[in-house]
Amino acid sequence: MTVYILCFVLFLVGLYGVITRRNLIKIAISMSIMEFSIFLLLVLIGYIDNGLAPIVDPGTTGQVYVDPLPQAMVLTAIVIGLATTAMLMAIAIRLYRKYKTFDIREIKNLRG
Amino acid sequence: MELTISIILGFMIIGAIYALHAKDLLSAVIAIGMVGYGLVICFLLLKAPDLAIVQIVVETITLVIMVAVVLDSTRSEIETIPDRRSIVQMILGFIIFAGLFYFFIQAIENLDPLGAHTLRMSEIYVNGAVEKTGSVNLVTGVLFDFRAYDTLGEAVILYTAALGALTLLRMKGKK
Repeated sequence: MTVYILCFVLFLVGLYGVITRRNLIKIAISMSIMEFSIFLLLVLIGYIDNGLAPIVDPGTTGQVYVDPLPQAMVLTAIVIGLATTAMLMAIAIRLYRKYKTFDIREIKNLRG
Repeated sequence: MELTISIILGFMIIGAIYALHAKDLLSAVIAIGMVGYGLVICFLLLKAPDLAIVQIVVETITLVIMVAVVLDSTRSEIETIPDRRSIVQMILGFIIFAGLFYFFIQAIENLDPLGAHTLRMSEIYVNGAVEKTGSVNLVTGVLFDFRAYDTLGEAVILYTAALGALTLLRMKGKK
């Protein structure tokens, strides 16, 4: 149970960053922290004690493998996380070239 | 196992908190690398080698992109001066975090404890995947055969994100 709670603490650290930071890069960093905590929680749920990695050795029977379904889901989520981070970075560098700052309050003031 | 994962998670939390409070953006980006590579070690300990490989590649690409963006800028963190309103917001945020924490504790009550997971629907995948898909790696069997449309959607998202980033970077700004 401790690991699940620590995972959630990592998620809350990311949420705290998204709420309190004023810097676009720091907000992107906080979002990836939240992503990482969710990945770890899903893989932790699928873990089985003394289970083997989900790669079948043909010819052997009765082996215990860890759950492959959460791992397949997390594999998809990691790649999508990369896509969103790259997109956020493109938007950040675009805004920086226009306003010469990463401060979201300044960008809000310069609207129009 | 639980203790090892907890220690690595503790380091990851320290790295995350440092990343949020670093004065220089470059050290914040390096600290987020600590969180990402800690996750790789956790994946290896949890018997997920495919995830560890993908996470290493993705983390390295993310670090390169972030360092390229940060080096192009002023790199300094924005100063915020706390006033009376921010104390009220801080108390409000603390209450919301405590509420979220309470509901999370309620939610994990029904979860299997770590290591005692029972296979429910993935039992079919584990028992029949080798005969049905011909792949000895169960994760790729699920990803590219049982859930192939999911992977197709993922490829579409990746393509769209690459297209969007390219468009944003090529666009000339309005003067």
